[in-house]
Amino acid sequence: MTQVKMTVNGIPASGEVEGRTLLVHFLRDDLELTGTHVGCDTSQCGACVVHVNGNAVKACTMFAIEADGAEVDTIEGQAAPDGKLNTIQQAFQDHHGLQCGFCTPGMVMSAAALLKDNPKPSEAEVRHYLDGNICRCTGYHNIVKAIMAASGQEVSALAAE
Amino acid sequence: MPKDFEPSSGIGASSKRREDIRFLTGSGRYTDDINLRRQTHVFFLRSDVAHGRLSGVDTSAAADMPGVLKIFTGADFAEIGGMPCGWQITDKHGQPMQEPKHPVLAHEKVRHVGEPIAAVVAETLAQARDAAEAIVVDIDELPAVVNMKEAVKDDAPKVHDDLTSNLCYDWGFVEENKEAVNKAFDDAAHVTTLELVNNRLVANPMEPRVAIGEYDRSAGDYTLYTTSQNPHVIRLLMGAFVLGIPEHKLRVVAPDVGGGFGTKIFHYQEEAFCTFAAKAVGRPVKWTSSRSEAFMSDAHGRDHVTKIELALDAKNNFTALRTDTYANMGAYLSTFAPSVPTWLHGTLMAGNYKTPLIYVNVKAVFTNTVPVDAYRGAGRPEATYQLERLIDKAAHELKVDPIKLRRQNFVTEFPYATPVAVEYDTGDYNATMDKLEEIADHAGFEARRRESEAKGKLRGFGVNCYIEACGIAPSNLVGQLGARAGLYESATVRVNATGGLVVMTGSHSHGQGHETSFAQVVADMIGIDENMVEIVHGDTARTPMGMGTYGSRSLAVGGSAMVRATEKIIAKAKKIASHLLEASEGDIELKDGAFSVAGTDKSVAWGDVTLAAYVPHNYPLEEIEPGLEETAFYDPSNFTYPAGAYACEVELDPETGHVTVERFTAADDFGNVVNPMIVTGQVHGGLAQGIGQALLENCVYDEDGQLLSASYMDYAMPRASDLPFYDVDHSCQTPCTHNPLGVKGCGEAGAIGSPPAVVNAVLDAMRSGGKDIGHIDMPVSPARVWEAMHG
Repeated sequence: MTQVKMTVNGIPASGEVEGRTLLVHFLRDDLELTGTHVGCDTSQCGACVVHVNGNAVKACTMFAIEADGAEVDTIEGQAAPDGKLNTIQQAFQDHHGLQCGFCTPGMVMSAAALLKDNPKPSEAEVRHYLDGNICRCTGYHNIVKAIMAASGQEVSALAAE
Repeated sequence: MPKDFEPSSGIGASSKRREDIRFLTGSGRYTDDINLRRQTHVFFLRSDVAHGRLSGVDTSAAADMPGVLKIFTGADFAEIGGMPCGWQITDKHGQPMQEPKHPVLAHEKVRHVGEPIAAVVAETLAQARDAAEAIVVDIDELPAVVNMKEAVKDDAPKVHDDLTSNLCYDWGFVEENKEAVNKAFDDAAHVTTLELVNNRLVANPMEPRVAIGEYDRSAGDYTLYTTSQNPHVIRLLMGAFVLGIPEHKLRVVAPDVGGGFGTKIFHYQEEAFCTFAAKAVGRPVKWTSSRSEAFMSDAHGRDHVTKIELALDAKNNFTALRTDTYANMGAYLSTFAPSVPTWLHGTLMAGNYKTPLIYVNVKAVFTNTVPVDAYRGAGRPEATYQLERLIDKAAHELKVDPIKLRRQNFVTEFPYATPVAVEYDTGDYNATMDKLEEIADHAGFEARRRESEAKGKLRGFGVNCYIEACGIAPSNLVGQLGARAGLYESATVRVNATGGLVVMTGSHSHGQGHETSFAQVVADMIGIDENMVEIVHGDTARTPMGMGTYGSRSLAVGGSAMVRATEKIIAKAKKIASHLLEASEGDIELKDGAFSVAGTDKSVAWGDVTLAAYVPHNYPLEEIEPGLEETAFYDPSNFTYPAGAYACEVELDPETGHVTVERFTAADDFGNVVNPMIVTGQVHGGLAQGIGQALLENCVYDEDGQLLSASYMDYAMPRASDLPFYDVDHSCQTPCTHNPLGVKGCGEAGAIGSPPAVVNAVLDAMRSGGKDIGHIDMPVSPARVWEAMHG
């Protein structure tokens, strides 16, 4: 067992992990931050996306010890302390960008990473960026719409409903 | 009539979903998020061969591994009931289907890749997994049967030695019509024939299945936490048929569930195992499926091979329809598997058309593959795909417009009794087709085709109609058809003293937003704010016995139960109000959350009436009891029949065979709509699954029964870049005539209605490129298209 220390959502966190412990399991099982989900075992679905030192990372693809000393941000740290949703979260609710909610934390974290690098993405850019995040409920329509709305773009004319 | 008015709250409003807040902040409580004190973990050792005789399972070395608490094999379950099947089909000779034993852990034989052979319970999952590698399994491999037509041959290896063959049943529907149908074909002016495959799919809800069993030795109580669409059904099946636990000693909780799509209806071995093992080990036992396990243990969907024929007269009227389908059951009968190719498929073969004579034959076949059961649409997509592909083929053979041929044969008068045992209560198929042609801009297609051709691409336009039987189901009817359960739904409405309500429903929400839309209904009936209504679901200890969520039934059946219970509440509240207002009960009116005396300015607020019910100081105690809580069970008198028309426009690259969906338009009639935003979202998701089936998804076995598509590296899940924005309309509304809300259900329509439109569009594009191939099987992959174009 190895001691790891990291900062998660701005708060110091530490624990004893096996070499094979994945970051996602350290977050879920040791820190009880269960908002980060595991939807596959081949790094395809993106339900486990978190930010490590500001970069979007699939937390099932990284060992916990690799995150030693890192700044980690998860879905639990996205809303304001008073519970107010951030812009992306609010856009997902406003545009019905989630149904069962299981892929949602990964979608929100991926969207945040996209908008940081590309503040006004086109529809095609959003869809391309989300290739590492699978949603089975929404057909992506309202996720794409929510992300474009969160970027400040007018979305009412994107598609008739 | 199309509706264009949307209120700001209550029924018809696009209220934002209250459940979103917890899902968007990582506060959801899915089953895998639950960890119990002293919890242990189980890892299932699964068969890596499709068919074989188990000659030995040696667990001695594994038992000594670190952290191992107990290892179970099939022998531990020899005295336990097997997994039950909830539906018995009677074949065309009047005989019951062949029903094999389905053990919790494999016993004597393994019959599909992924079948659990042994279960290791250990302190940690890693220890359980490590120990499983030390189990020595001796399997004498047997030839596997995968292909259904091979499986029914006399010399085929038998999946179950104690059955007479691999044929589960040979079903004829309606058997008495067979001769008349054959005669109509003899007399036809034109016959169109089509052979097709409805590809095997894996439902793939993003949350894999999880089960946690817990046993309280002092009370003798069991609790199962599970990823289920219907916790009461699991309690009944597992308690009564597998483990012998009475319902009052067994609680089943299905908390937040991350999508279901049918595959979480069924009772699975892992649920029974964890409940059983919790007592045997004396500690809670948790299982979390990996995605790889899900591919080889979640029930699969579809997998039909069909020959279908349509007879037409000289004026292109449909005169008869005949189908011959092989339906894959897999190695065992999953909970509702036998009903899918029969009563959920044969009864829909009339589609939207007044074909007077129909005969459906279905041969259900056992193979060495994962069991197949209901997946979003369940039988109805298979019916729709056959019929709507066939009609398109007929139109091209007859050189008539496919939309015109459909319109000519539409059912236009309701109620309409089909020749396949169902009665459509209402509908307007021309209205949805009119709406479709308008919003799909059918008139502008040729111009768009020319634009595509200028880029070196081919463009195709495909349409189809669909109808589905939802609101499942009238209990007395399905009982006659072989169901071993009632299919009513329940609701308890509890009004608190200060006027807030808790509605406990037997329906289950796993993405559908019931916590929002159900509250809209009850709040609207009383005239109070939606936030005064809380919806409770997913726990047998907190809700009345209900049958859960599948078959687009939640609002049509569960919502109706909720309406009936609320009506009882209102009736009692009016009695209390009449006492408080010293007026005749018949003069009391409820509007906007206040009771008033008709024709006067006397009124009393909702909250004053509810308070009086629980603080009955001034109360007619000699006439009515205190309190305000009512339960209703609602059993529908008929199915509901959502219907619509869909259009797909594709662009096809003749150089690569790659097909892209450029436009997809859906015009649905769901009857009345409670929350248009949620309904639209349900259609979007269904469309993605239907387009996924048509273009991408395929569950593939090799001839030895090895599952080739067992991860997201191999099974093509639709991604954001595979799909377009959709145009979705549900303004054509013919309300259901027999439920109190006039609703029909919307959850499955998109998946049912979209595959034929996609394939019809691809074939149209190929024809425009000079290739008229008649049919192409799903998934329409670039390789298949390229081969068809250049082969």
